[in-house]
Amino acid sequence: MFELTTTRHNPMVDPAMHVWGWEIPVYLFLGGLVAGILVICAWLLVTDRFRTRDSIYPALPVAALVLLSAGMGALFLDLEHKLYVWRLYTTFEPSSPMSWGAWILVLVYPLLALGVALRPPVWLARRWPALAGWGAAVTERPKLLRAVGWTNMFLGALLGVYTGVLLSALGARPLWNSALLGPLFLLSGLSSAAALIHVATRNAEERVLLARADNAFLSGELAVILLFVVGLASAAEAHLGAAGLLLGGPYTAIFWVLVVGAGIAIPLVIQMLAVSHRIPHTPVAPLLVLAGGLLLRFVFVHAGQVSHWPFV
Amino acid sequence: MARFGMVIDTRRCVGCMDCVVACATENDVPDGYCRDWIVEETRGRYPTLAMEIRSERCNHCDNPPCVHCCPTGASHVEDFGTTVQVDPELCIGCKACLASCPYDARFIHPQGYADKCTFCVHRVKDGKDPACVAVCPTHCMHFGDLDDPNSEVSRLIASRPNHSLLPEAGTRPRIFYLT
Repeated sequence: MFELTTTRHNPMVDPAMHVWGWEIPVYLFLGGLVAGILVICAWLLVTDRFRTRDSIYPALPVAALVLLSAGMGALFLDLEHKLYVWRLYTTFEPSSPMSWGAWILVLVYPLLALGVALRPPVWLARRWPALAGWGAAVTERPKLLRAVGWTNMFLGALLGVYTGVLLSALGARPLWNSALLGPLFLLSGLSSAAALIHVATRNAEERVLLARADNAFLSGELAVILLFVVGLASAAEAHLGAAGLLLGGPYTAIFWVLVVGAGIAIPLVIQMLAVSHRIPHTPVAPLLVLAGGLLLRFVFVHAGQVSHWPFV
Repeated sequence: MARFGMVIDTRRCVGCMDCVVACATENDVPDGYCRDWIVEETRGRYPTLAMEIRSERCNHCDNPPCVHCCPTGASHVEDFGTTVQVDPELCIGCKACLASCPYDARFIHPQGYADKCTFCVHRVKDGKDPACVAVCPTHCMHFGDLDDPNSEVSRLIASRPNHSLLPEAGTRPRIFYLT
C-alpha cells in the first residue's frame, strides 16, 4: 500500500491545483486567434490580395485589436494583485515566457494599428480621413509593404507559439511539459482564424482558399495531437499519469469527442467535401472549429493543473 | 556566500505540528493558509508497514522554476543565504509560480501576492533559527549552510541516509529528510 495524508489546506492549491479558471483559456484562445489573424493578414499583404475590393482585410486588424484587448481583459481579471500589473513593463525576464508574451503584445498592438491604416474600414476612413494617407506611405512602397507583411507573419507565429510555451514551460505540470504544445496552439490559432474569416468574408475566392488552408491547419493539428499523446504515453511515470487524464481519465470524453471529434475531425471532413465541390460551403464547420479551439484551451488548462508529479 | 538548507530527521519527527503553528504565528500567516505542513507517508504491506512523517515547506531549490517563470522578478534568489523569496511589491498575482512548483509549496496571500516559506530570513539575519526549527520539541529540524562542510546540516547529510523530495523534477531541493 501507499498512503499519503497531508495537513496542507491552501486555497487554489489543495486538494488539486486550480489556480486558473476561465480567464486563462479565454486569453490563450483569443491570443491564438489574433496570432492566426496576423499570419493571414501577412499573407493578404504579401500577395497584394488586401487591395481586392471585397477583401475581408479592412476588418481584420480592427477585429484583432478588439479580440486581443478582450483577451488582455480576461488576463487582467485573472491577476490576483491587479494594481501591480504595470510591473510587467518595468523589467524583461528572459527566462519567463509570460514576460516574453507581455512584450510581444507591446509590439503587436502598434503593428495592428499600422495594419488598420494600410486599408482602413470605410466607416473609420470617413471618420478619420488622414488615416488612409498614413497607410499610403507604406502601401505605395512595395518593399516596405512586404516588410510589414513579413513582420506580421513573424510576430503572429511568435504570439501563437507563445500561447503554448506559456504552459509548456511549467515543468511541474506533466501534461503541459511538452515542446509540442507551442506548435499545437499555433496551429489551433491559425485554424481558428481561418475559420473566423471563412464565416465572415464576402469574397468567394478568399473563402475557398481559407477553407483549404484551414484543412491543412486542422490536419496538422490532428497530427500534433497524436504525437503529443504518443509522447506522453511513452514517457516517465509523471507523464504517464498525465496521459491517463486524456486516455481513460476524467478529461477523455470531452477531449476526444468534443475537441478532437467535433472541433477538428468533423469540420475537416465537412470542409474537405466543400472544397471538392461535393457539398456547398457551410458556416457549421468553421463554427465547430472555433468552438473546438476554445474548448481545447479549457481542457488543456484545467487538465494540466490536475496533472502533477507523483506522491506530492 | 552561504547556501541555507534544512535537514529534518524523520525518525524523530512525531507530526505534532508545532512547526506549523510557530510559522503561522511568527509570519502572521492568514487563517486557512499554511507555509509549512505535515505529511504522513505509509508504505508497505501489513504487517510490515513503514511510516515517514515529514514537515514540508518550500524547498528553496537551487534550480527554482518559480523564479525562472516569474514575469516581473518578484520571485527571486536573495543574496543572503541564496534563499528563494517573493517581493510582494513586484508580484502581479499571475500564479505562474504556483503552477510551476512541483511541491505546490506556494499560495496566494489574501492580499493578492504569492506567498510561501521564507526560511524566516528576518530571524536568520538576527542570528536565530527559523521559527519552525526553534520550536521543534523533538529537535528533529536543523538549519544551516549547506556549503560549509563543518555545519551541522552538512555533517548530518554526510553521516545519515537521507532523501530530498522529487529529485527527478530537477529542481535540486535544499531540504533533506534523514531516514
